[in-house]
Amino acid sequence: MPLLPLTEAIATHVHDGDSVALEGFTHLIPFAAGHEIIRQRRRNLHLIRMTPDLIYDQLIGMGSAARLTFSWGGNPGVGSLHRLRDAVERQWPQPLALTEFSHAELALAYQAGASGMSCGLMPHHADTDLARVPGAMLRTVRCPFTDRPLAAVPAINPEVTILHAQQIDTQGNVLIRGIVGAAKEAALAARRVLVTVEERVERLGADMNALVLPSWLITAASIVPGGAYPSYAQGYYPRDNRFYLAWDQIARDREAFTAWMERHVLGVPDHAALLRALGVAA
Amino acid sequence: MSAPGYTPDEIMTVTAARHLKDGAVCFVGIGLPSAACNLARLTHAPHLVLIYESGTVGTKPAVLPLSIGDGELAETATSIVPLPEIFAHYLQRGRVDVGFLGAAQIDRYGNLNSTVIGDYAHPKVRLPGAGGASEIATYAREVLVIMKQTPRSFVPRLDFLTSAGYLTGCGARAASGSPGAGPRAVITDFGVLRPHPQIEELELAALYPGISVDAVRAATGWPLRVASHIETLPAPEPADLAVLRDLEARTRAAHAQPIRINLRN
Repeated sequence: MPLLPLTEAIATHVHDGDSVALEGFTHLIPFAAGHEIIRQRRRNLHLIRMTPDLIYDQLIGMGSAARLTFSWGGNPGVGSLHRLRDAVERQWPQPLALTEFSHAELALAYQAGASGMSCGLMPHHADTDLARVPGAMLRTVRCPFTDRPLAAVPAINPEVTILHAQQIDTQGNVLIRGIVGAAKEAALAARRVLVTVEERVERLGADMNALVLPSWLITAASIVPGGAYPSYAQGYYPRDNRFYLAWDQIARDREAFTAWMERHVLGVPDHAALLRALGVAA
Repeated sequence: MSAPGYTPDEIMTVTAARHLKDGAVCFVGIGLPSAACNLARLTHAPHLVLIYESGTVGTKPAVLPLSIGDGELAETATSIVPLPEIFAHYLQRGRVDVGFLGAAQIDRYGNLNSTVIGDYAHPKVRLPGAGGASEIATYAREVLVIMKQTPRSFVPRLDFLTSAGYLTGCGARAASGSPGAGPRAVITDFGVLRPHPQIEELELAALYPGISVDAVRAATGWPLRVASHIETLPAPEPADLAVLRDLEARTRAAHAQPIRINLRN
């Protein structure tokens, strides 16, 4: 597991047209890695994430994505993701194809992918229109034991999964603490796994059942303090709820959004410079 | 009529909180549901078990989270489980008593739309989508819906069915095999609607003080049925309002704290 600068990790392992899952459920969202993908001008990505959040709003608005697989596309507690809406409603800056699931289905699809299954199964109940939209990926099958109907979702195996985590030890093992979301399943489903971490330590000091990704499952890691900001890293810094509220105004308008991205993402060399420019790091 | 001394959001939140029995296991959504659940926990239901879909089980936040995954929820949880588990082992397995939902549209059978306004392929408004809602609607033993009532949100026909209520009524939900009982109450800024026991169409069952039946009818996009007896709900108790306002003040103060990140590693 090589330790690489983030610029090199993205340049080497994320390619135009890849399916990419930046996971982390509200917590540990890999913003620094997403911004580096924008800086390196990746195109035609198939973005996968349960909750696209601000980082996919930014990637979509900057024209990095051709397809989005997701299960809830809003700004949590605030409202819309305006760039996602603009892409779906008005094809700006380009059309965005959607593959849409519920949370339970998408979590199951990652789990199936992580298990070497072609699909995941859950009980089938009241149909919703999600099963009937063009391109819907849900199917109904029969349980071979009870003959009851089951809903099948296809496995998801991203070409790259990118996570942010708290710590990496000197052997390259990675610790995730707090809300873990579907991070483990998304990582184990992927062909390549990139990780950014808050810090490198001698020993993780993890509890026996803690979520530790062994070094040999990880393709490359980068040390990026603050790499989840404006989401958060439990034990390091809290979620910047004020930024999530402020994003609503920034993203509402194409020009305001583009100006913000040019100044704060394209106009800085790395995440540390962004954090300093926003006044959250000295 | 003089101002009632509480806002529509406050009486909705207090009314929703009163629907929660102590000890119940609640799957909580963000916004008014989260405020209602925590108000109940801080007043009459100290043993309420709150589950947020981020996998935080038995959480006891001191301030209301902005998102379903704020650190406050993790720090005060009994247990934090991965997402596939919260949906499979807790919700799908039938371990949730009450699910709380809101939506952009509701129809007369309590079916909900949180996906699109307009056509799915060419939507007028792209909404966030299902998230946890469709499975909450299916598996929670009962569902409480909280929504502001307007003719645009209480519609004769949904643009998209995201979460199943009673489907077409008259037992259609039970016939579909859904394990949960469906929406038992729809709490609005006018009062409470409940499903008719046989035909399962929502009917006006309770009103807040000073609200007329005609006002609720005018805010509903279909000819609203009215129960034979309409209950008048009490105004919020001053003690409940004090707890709620204190919780919201603590939340505002916490969310206004500037973030500092140490880059020296």
